[in-house]
Formats: sequence, C-alpha cells, structure tokens
Amino acid sequence: MSSEKLSVQDIILTLQQFWADKGANLMQAYDNEVGAGTQSPYTFLRANGPEPWRAAYVQPSRRPADGRYGDNPNRLFQHHQFQVVMKPSPDNIQELYLASLEALGIKPLEHDIRFVEDNWENPSMGAAGIGWEVWLDGMEVTQFTYFQQVGGIEVDSVTSEITYGLERLASYIQDVPTVYDLEWGHGVLYGDIFKEPEYEHSKYAFEESNQEMLLQHFDDFEKEAQHNLALGLVHPAYDYILKSSHTFNLLDARGTVSVTERAGYLHRIRTMARQVSKVFIEERAKLGFPLLKDEELREKYLGPKGKYAKKEEQD
Amino acid sequence: MADFILEIGLEEMPAHLVTSSEKQLVDRVSDFLATHRLAYQAIKPFSTPRRLAVELTGLAAGSEAVQEEKRGPSVDRAKDDNGDWSKAAQGFARGQKTTPEALVEKDGYLWAKTEIAGVPAAEILSHLGEEVVEKMTFSTYMKWGNHSFSYIRPIRWLVALLDEDVVDFTVLDVQTGRTTRGHRFLSNADVTVGDAQSYEATLADAFVMADADKRKATITDQLETIARDQKWGLDLSTDQAQDLLEEVNNIVEWPTAFAGNFADKYLALPKEVLITSMRDHQRFFFVTNEEGELLPHFLSVRNGNAENIDNVIAGNEKVLVARLEDAVFFYQEDQQKSIDDYMDRVKKLVFHEKIGTVYEHMVRVRELAGELGQALDLSYDELSDLNRATEIYKFDLMTGMVGEFDELQGVMGEHYAKLFGENDVVAQAIVEHYMPTSATGSVAESKVGAVLAIADKLDSIVTFFAADLIPSGANDPYGLRRAATGVVRTLEAHDWHLNLLDVLTKFKALNSETADADLNQIIAFLTDRVRKLAADDGIRSDIVTAGTADVTTGDFVYVADRTNVLAQHSQDDDFRDVMEALSRVSRLAAKETVDTPVKADLLENDQEKALFAATQNLNLADLEGQGAEALYQALAKLQNVIADYFDHTMVNDDNKAVKKNRYAQLNALNTLISGLGDIEQIVIK
Repeated sequence: MSSEKLSVQDIILTLQQFWADKGANLMQAYDNEVGAGTQSPYTFLRANGPEPWRAAYVQPSRRPADGRYGDNPNRLFQHHQFQVVMKPSPDNIQELYLASLEALGIKPLEHDIRFVEDNWENPSMGAAGIGWEVWLDGMEVTQFTYFQQVGGIEVDSVTSEITYGLERLASYIQDVPTVYDLEWGHGVLYGDIFKEPEYEHSKYAFEESNQEMLLQHFDDFEKEAQHNLALGLVHPAYDYILKSSHTFNLLDARGTVSVTERAGYLHRIRTMARQVSKVFIEERAKLGFPLLKDEELREKYLGPKGKYAKKEEQD
Repeated sequence: MADFILEIGLEEMPAHLVTSSEKQLVDRVSDFLATHRLAYQAIKPFSTPRRLAVELTGLAAGSEAVQEEKRGPSVDRAKDDNGDWSKAAQGFARGQKTTPEALVEKDGYLWAKTEIAGVPAAEILSHLGEEVVEKMTFSTYMKWGNHSFSYIRPIRWLVALLDEDVVDFTVLDVQTGRTTRGHRFLSNADVTVGDAQSYEATLADAFVMADADKRKATITDQLETIARDQKWGLDLSTDQAQDLLEEVNNIVEWPTAFAGNFADKYLALPKEVLITSMRDHQRFFFVTNEEGELLPHFLSVRNGNAENIDNVIAGNEKVLVARLEDAVFFYQEDQQKSIDDYMDRVKKLVFHEKIGTVYEHMVRVRELAGELGQALDLSYDELSDLNRATEIYKFDLMTGMVGEFDELQGVMGEHYAKLFGENDVVAQAIVEHYMPTSATGSVAESKVGAVLAIADKLDSIVTFFAADLIPSGANDPYGLRRAATGVVRTLEAHDWHLNLLDVLTKFKALNSETADADLNQIIAFLTDRVRKLAADDGIRSDIVTAGTADVTTGDFVYVADRTNVLAQHSQDDDFRDVMEALSRVSRLAAKETVDTPVKADLLENDQEKALFAATQNLNLADLEGQGAEALYQALAKLQNVIADYFDHTMVNDDNKAVKKNRYAQLNALNTLISGLGDIEQIVIK
C-alpha cells in the first residue's frame, strides 16, 4: 500500500478517472432517496432492453433500518456506494475490476483477493443476479453481479454491476477503527460531516417519523406512479416508485408494519417495478433504441413501427 | 498411444459446485468416449475455482472399425412368387443404404453388413465442445454479454491438446487453444501448455495446484502443521470441519495456511457466536486447548504464497474483530431487555400469512405439548417445565444477536434463557425444539425438549395441511417432510409409543386453524416418512410395504419396530415357512369375517384344539406392548401348529356352526398377525 493514504474523495476521484478511462460515462448521484446504487435509474432502468450502457457514479444510499445513531463503527443510515455498470458485460470485467484496486494502491500480491459466490436478489424490485462478493483479506469490499433479471423481466443484454462499498474500502485503505475516523478530504473527517445527520436520521426514523403521514404518502406516491405509468411517462413514474420504496423503508424502520402488511407493501412496489421495466423498454423501442448500434441486434430487437420485437419471456 | 487434455476455463465457480462438476465432466467424457468407441487407459480429473479439466492417457489413435449387422426380412419373405426381390427386402435394403443383392443370408434371414470405419482421435475429440462442454448441467446458471447461452459461470478459455496438437472446436465465441491462465496474481495471465503431458506441471509452475485432492491434502497438512507447532487443538474430522475444508479447497488455487489472533476479551462471548463468526462468516478454522475450550486464535488459508502474508493476517484479524465487536454490542444490548419484551414482539411475527402469527403457533403448541406430555406420562416437574418452555421458546428470534446471526436461533435462546433465570431444562428445550436440524442430525435428548420439538413440528404439519399448503412432488417449501421425519425420529429415539391419532383428534378440535386438517392424510404423510427412513436403512421394499401397511393409531415407533423385526427375520432359515403359514391364515380369514369368540366345545379335531390351546392366551395389545419381536416370536412358534391344523381341518365344514367357529378362530389369529402389518405384501422366493 502506498504510504500516502488516500482520502475518501481521493478514492472517488481515482475510481471515476479509472472507469472513465475504461469507457464509462460519469453520472451524478441520483437526486432521489434510494437504498442502493442499483435503484438509480442509471442502473435499474438502463439494465432493461438491448441497448448498451456504461456508467459510473457515487450513490449515497439510505437504509433507515440500518441507522445506529452514529454509535456503531460500521453501520450507517446512509452509506456511499461507488457504482459501475457495464452493459453488455465485457469479457475482461474481472480483470478491469482488479486493475481498479491497483489504481487505488491495493497491490494484489500484497493481499488476498477472492471472488466468493454471492448471488444478489432484490425481490421488491424484481431484480436478481449471479455473482460474487469480493473479499480483500477477508473483508467484503465489493459486490459483483451479472444481472439476469430486472423488474421481473429476463434481461436482453447482461449488465455487469460493480458496487464498491466506499466506507468499507476507505476503512481498509486508511486503516481506521470506525467510519467516523475516515478522512473525507483536506483533514475533514467523515464524522465531522456525517455523525450528526446519522444521529438525527436514526432518531427520526426510529422514534419521530409521522406514521400517518408516511402511510398517506405511500398511497399517494403509488397512485402517482401508476398514473404516470399509464401515460408512458417512465421517469416521473420511476421517481414515484423510488419515493414509495423509501417511504416504506421508513415505515419498516419504525417497526410498526406487521410482517403480513410488509409482504403487502413489498408486493405493491414489486408490481410497479415490473410495470416500469416493461414500459421503459417499450418507450426506448419507440425511440428506436438509439444507443444500439449493432445492426444484427437492432434487427433482433426492433420490430416494425418501433415495437419491441422480442417475445415476452414466460416467468 | 496419445494423451489428451481438456480444460474449461471459467470465472470463479461457486465453491460447493466445483467437486460435483468435476465428477460430471469425468462421467460425460467417459460416456462420450464409449459412444465414439475411442479406447483409453486412464482418465484423471482436475478442478480449481477457475477450471474444470480432464486428462486422458493411453488414448488410441482412433476408434476401432466395426462391422455392424442388421437383421432384415426372413429368407422366405425376401422374394415374391416371380423370384423378384420382395417389397420387404427392397425396403430394408434401402433403409440400410445398400441393395438387396448385397444382403447376406444367415440363419434363415437376410442381413445387412455395414462397415463403420475407424475415426481418428483428433476428429472425435473435436466434438467435445457440443457433446460434452455444452451439455454440462448445473444447479445454477447465468448468461453474460449478449449471449443467450447459459452456463455455471462465463467460459473464458478452452484448452484442448492431443499430445502437442490443438484440437479445434469452439463454444460460443471461445476457441480452443494451448493457452491457459495461471494464478490470478502470482502468474502472468497467459500460460502456454506445450503438450497434454505437461498440463499439471505447467500449471504448478504458474502457481495453480490443479489436482483438487492434492490441494486438499496440502491444505490439511499446512493447517495441521501450524496447529502442531503452536500446540493448538484442531479437529478436522467433524462434518462441519470437512465441509469447511471442502469449501476452502474450492476457493483457492495455491493455498498457504496462516494463523491469526483476537483479543482474549472476546472469549466471554458464547462459544457458538465465536465459532459461527469464524467458521460460517469468515471461513476460518477455530482452535482449542487441551480441554476443548476455544483459544483466541484461528487458522485460515490464503489464495497465494507466503509473501506479504502479514498484511493478509492483519486484514483478516481486523474483519473478525469488527464482527465480534458487533456481537459484543448485541450481546450486551440483548441482556438489557427481558423475555417478556421479546415475547411482545413475537406477537407481531407472522408464522404464515394464511395461518397467523408465531405467537398463535406457540399457543397451539402449548396445548398440543400438554396433551403429548400427559399421554407420555411426564412427571409433574417435567410438565411444568414443558409448559414454561412453550410460553417462551421463540423469544430469541427477536434478539439482536439472532437478527445478526440467524443460524444461532435456539442456541442463543438457550443461552439467554439461562441468563434471564430460566432453569436448565427449560433452556435446553429451547435449543432442542429445532432438532433434528438435518436428515441425520441428532434429535432432542431431554424429554421436555423432545416433546416440544414434536409438538412444534406437528402443529406446523397440521396447520399447513389444514390451510392446504401440502407438499407435492419435489416441492416442499415449508420443510414439512423434514419436520415429519423429525417427529418420527424423535419418537423412535425416545421409544415413545403413542396413539398419535387420538392426541391429534383432541388437538384438532381446539383451534380454527386446525379444524380443516384431514388427520388420516396426516397419519399417511407421517407413515410415508417411516417408509422413507426404513428404505434409507436398506430394508427391502416389499418388507417396508408390509411393515408400514394399515397404520391406524399412529404408533410410528411400533410400525418402525415391526418393519425392522420383519427385515431381521427375513434372513432366518424358517422365514419362508413362517410367512406361508401365517399368510394362509390371513387369506382364509379375509374370506369370512367372524368376530365372535371361539367356542371350545365346537372344536372337533386335536389339531384345532392344539391351535386353540396355543393361541387362547395370546393378546395383541400385550404382545405389541412387549414389542414387535415378541409378537413375531409368538407367531413364529405357531408355524407347525398351523401347518398341522390345515393338514387335518376342512375349514368349510358342512356344519355351519363348526364352520363359523373355525372362521372365528382364524379371524382371531389373523388379528394377531395383522400386528405385523400386511404380511401378504412380502415377496417369498
């Protein structure tokens, strides 16, 4: 490892530069509450359909139930993911990933790096993939997934998704006991920025959130999403699905949703996620799959009058 | 003679599928060679996380030419009345791509003889891609890139060398060649294999131990060497240790074992928490002192060599400590609450949407356990401990520790129950109620734990059956078959003879969730498990069918017992004679049912008097109570008396009263025989 320890922002800059050089477009964090980088439309929506897509971005990810009032060394209400999606998955994607670790000063020969089976599934978004956790000297620092299904639909073109847990990776690189001791940049610590919001958000999510308001919001957001879906307005619809999902997570953290109701809410979110994937593909097809340059694939997927040509998979 | 190597290069496969896939490849290649009649001397497999390979030695230059003979029409049907070739002969010849003139006469038939020429090995082997590699099946598949083809993991390279020559074929867009890949970090990406003979050595030079058995032996040796040097106890003989060794072997290509440490203070955590953290979460081997107590050290295996291993050790220690810190946090937090606090939260936990909450399940289990406890004559103390256990036995599901380490359910329940002041019997019952946790896992040892385990499983079976959530085919999402097997095994281990049908009939009437259950269907479902267990023990299927037939009361221990007894005696010299004598009684008794008592004054000949004398004091309930062996012995003794009886007695006597009396005697005896099941099912050779 280099003697100068990379700050969190150095890590972000290094990864951005690395993946930009490998052909990814640098996107910005999505401006809506999400639980993971996968939920950003730059991954979830773009993983649907046959169009190629390469992107990298940092995504702050909110998981209300994981809040620990800023007391736990590793567990956070909001953590940061560095998300890379390459579609179709390149043949050398593992090697690219390992090179990105080298770019961060992690020399494989000085460590033990393993790809340990870990298939990923997000039932509420109807998404599933095959892949690994990447272990760095026994610590899981990255989730590596080949998407097989998104929004309940089998994918046309496989997205390889690399999700670096930034706090984990930085804790390893900087060798600090808690995330709050990480240096974000210029001597400012992670705790200086995030300890207070961690406490406040935990307090809010576990004790103070207005249940009735959240329940009402969930219903409203769901209605709005469905209204937009019916109109083929994919992106506003998706925003409201994300809002429903986050609202549910807040309700869930409060612990007042019974397990039966829980299944009901997840079902409602999943239904919308399935619809939005389908509508997204249809709308992209109407535009003629502009990012799809390969003539053979255009032939395969684009039917007459801008219709998505592939038959629905039976599931 | 030539040698051949096939290597499928993959991205890291799931560890638990490597060994089975290696075996499958060997089987498929063997079948392939047999189909193509290509002879070889030996086949040797290799596997690592990134490759499946087979090496063939002593391979023939090609397949042998063979002559195939196909029989056609008979000679007398070969020509018509004019002496011309018949339609049958012409058709057959056409089908064999020859002419009628070329057919040969033999044994009264026409034969087509076809010469199948030998094919060179290289040509045969070029079909390996489509006939072997693409045909492999796995329990998990994935697609990659824009391909629609699915495989266990993406195929990245293929090596196919016949001696020094590449055998050409492709799978998807991957072309065979002589280029393999060495260890991800210790070797350059591309490694050239000169010829089939040097495959293993070439990989060894590139830091890949391709022979899985050798690699496992190396790991074992490395681990044991460290343990011996440090004077630590390391037990690799347990199932769990063997499973871990197997997994570790299949996540490394070049193993180097190392030892790490953690602070003594963490030893204050429950032992199971430490073991789970090390073994299940980090794939570490734990070590003990001479007394078998955990030591604050662990062993692990790096995929690489010993250079810079201090980094690896430090990293692994740090991860373990973070996990143990979490555990300490939960351990302390959990103790701040009470069992009542947790039970309040169990009330919200759903058992199944269609059935209700876990709490409601517990309330029913309490009723059922009470019934069972009474029926099994548990002592007052045992019943009172059982009652307490039923009130709380799921509380640990709501603790932080079980939330984090769900595999510790029950184990933490026992541990915390003691800390919260419950007595040892109650605490033990909590962990035991999950048992057995696998097909061969141990069953609950304590009486209270065993009753709780049985009641918990039975309530699941009854309520799921009542809700029409019944396993079918391979589909058993709620593990009801496993639960039923658990019930049977637990009853057997405790030798608990029980009229389960009675108990369940009372229980069923108590709750709306159980009202719709068909108890006969449930008894049949449990009987099926008895059958499966007996078959797994290697008992002949006809004997299993006989012993498990006509189960009515649900005393499964007796049913299993009599099945075993029949199986044991099936080896006796007189088994055939005994069965024939008893079957004869059964067959006749089935013709006319008479359930009135036998009248001694109507017995005419000495033989029927002898049979009466020999059987009048036999009582089915008594004999069953002594066990199936006693019943079998009693019946086997009657063999000669029965034979004599039939030699001298016409059952269908003209005198109706005498006839009826004889049937009464046969029916009474048949009642005893039915205690062995349905012996008519036994195949006597």
